[in-house]
Amino acid sequence: MSQPDLHHNFTPGPERLKAMLERMLLIRRTEEQLGADSRSGELPGNVHLCAGQEAIAVAVCDHLSDDDYVGSTHRGHGHFLAKGGSAKSLIAEVHGKSSGACGGLGGSMHVTDLSKGMIGANGIVGGGIGLAAGAALSAQVAGQGQVAVAFFGDGASSQGILSEVMNIAVLWKLPLLLVCEYNGYSEFSASATVNAGEIADRARAFGMPTEVIDGNDLEAVWAVAAVAIDRARKGEGPSFIEAKTYRLRGHLEAEDGFLQAPYRSEDEIDQWRTRDPIPRLAQRLVELSALTATDIEALEANVAAEVKDALQFAHESEPPGMERVLSSVFVDQRP
Amino acid sequence: MVKMRLTQAINAAYFEEMERNERIVLFGEDVEVSMFGDTRGLHAKFGSKRVRNTPISESAMTGMAVGAAMAGTPTICHLMFSNFALTGFDGIANQAAKLRLMTGGQARLPVTFVAAIGAGTSTGAQHSDTPYPMFMNLGGINIAVPATPADAKGLMKSALRGFNPTIFLLPRVRGATAGEVSEDPDFLVPYGKASVLQEGTDITIVAIGSCVNHAVRAAKALKEDGVSVELIDPRTLVPLDTDTIVASVRKTGRLVVADEARDRCSAASHIAAVVGDEAFSSLRAPIKRVTAPNIPMPYAPALERALLPDPEKIVAAAMLTMAG
Repeated sequence: MSQPDLHHNFTPGPERLKAMLERMLLIRRTEEQLGADSRSGELPGNVHLCAGQEAIAVAVCDHLSDDDYVGSTHRGHGHFLAKGGSAKSLIAEVHGKSSGACGGLGGSMHVTDLSKGMIGANGIVGGGIGLAAGAALSAQVAGQGQVAVAFFGDGASSQGILSEVMNIAVLWKLPLLLVCEYNGYSEFSASATVNAGEIADRARAFGMPTEVIDGNDLEAVWAVAAVAIDRARKGEGPSFIEAKTYRLRGHLEAEDGFLQAPYRSEDEIDQWRTRDPIPRLAQRLVELSALTATDIEALEANVAAEVKDALQFAHESEPPGMERVLSSVFVDQRP
Repeated sequence: MVKMRLTQAINAAYFEEMERNERIVLFGEDVEVSMFGDTRGLHAKFGSKRVRNTPISESAMTGMAVGAAMAGTPTICHLMFSNFALTGFDGIANQAAKLRLMTGGQARLPVTFVAAIGAGTSTGAQHSDTPYPMFMNLGGINIAVPATPADAKGLMKSALRGFNPTIFLLPRVRGATAGEVSEDPDFLVPYGKASVLQEGTDITIVAIGSCVNHAVRAAKALKEDGVSVELIDPRTLVPLDTDTIVASVRKTGRLVVADEARDRCSAASHIAAVVGDEAFSSLRAPIKRVTAPNIPMPYAPALERALLPDPEKIVAAAMLTMAG
């Protein structure tokens, strides 16, 4: 069965690339702060960082407005920030403060900003797939050209809900983009040991336009997402992107404390560090003469100031009270 | 008022509310054919945009229903038999019941899951459960168990006008029960308000779902023996109107709870615990529960009858309580 090609030579242009570089830097530096806070014992819970995977979230979300929807996973900080969520509300949430995105009731694995169309990180790795597909159904019924994107990992690809959603999404031509961030690991297990065959082939079997791309190449992700999202907006149905990437940090930041032996080699991590999407895009912009070393320093300084402000905001904020809990279970009804 | 069957009352509620709010969508397995009759005619009336047959994919159905609701589309997710809710439990237990809290109150979740419950027609162990005790334990989802056509219509209409996730459970053996139902388009039954079916002075019987009719018959038999029964149908298990139940037991001093679910951690045991806490000094006899034993339901009719609550078992429990 022939499927539409998602390849296109669309390019975002230098100004948009610079904005995306800054967004990737914001994700990286925000998460570095949260990683440090986790290791120092300052955070009440765990964090799952996406360092190394930022290009996918940023490139895809560059095509979305606040009226479009994004469903995410336990590794959702990057999606939250890429969709327009603020570093302040993210850091305050992960610190368990009332000023956080979810009032301190959700935590790292549930960061949500409905005002930005970010329908939530999700502690169930495939949970966001069903929610995003439902948001796509809502968009289809509303008929205003909105789309929904589900980000998930190779681990989540083996939850049944992905197969169920791909089937329904094709049958109903839902305005949905499924983005598998293939980072090679399903928690602590190498993907090859838990996922049979190629994940993209599963999507192809349902008759969906599918592309496998280098997820650390922001421009490549951007170009394919442009076509897929345009198709969805026009009512032409769902698409599937498998973006090959790597997480430079562990499954969760606290894992060094309980792992008895490493489950991946330092060589492997070092090799992927050379393919880090952030210096890669910076280098590309330098080659395009769109960015200088001074510009990069300025971007870094902006981002550092934003993270510093956000952290101070979190430190100065109060923890949530019980009243917030009691009003956040039901609408107009006490639990 | 018009006389209709319980499934027709649910059907009428869908029609009225989907006409009133054109954003409501309904999907599920075979909703066009409609095995129980409650979704009959909806597809012809509202079309494929709003009424959709789904594949047999409960994980996607429950998850998508929650996602659609979160995005502002009130959604009815028809699961046919309640046992199938268990194959789609993530969308109900991890998403619907928790998302409003996890998002700090951002999410409004106008999603209604519909499923049939109960044994009694030899459908075997995987089509006979009464699983509301599991749902009651989730913390963030309303549960309706109507026993009359009027309550079925009013509770469904309230669910579809609200913004909270709801599991609407249809006691299957009660589907053909006929009763008078209001034609008022704004006839609503509130959640968390029990129905006192008859007032009495000697003993309180709380009956749920399929047990309500058994309890009505038991109350008649007990009256002939000179026992005055106050009969309460909670109608919704979350929220549960414990005030009405506790006040009744303070008056009568005796309680029997009739509930088709398995006994362990059931609605019956929960109600007994609440009454034990709040009305202990009023009790003149131990609380009795008439429930199913803690085993899966067998197929053979005589065994089903032996295991399920019925009027005779409720009368026997009431008489033991009266002797206490």
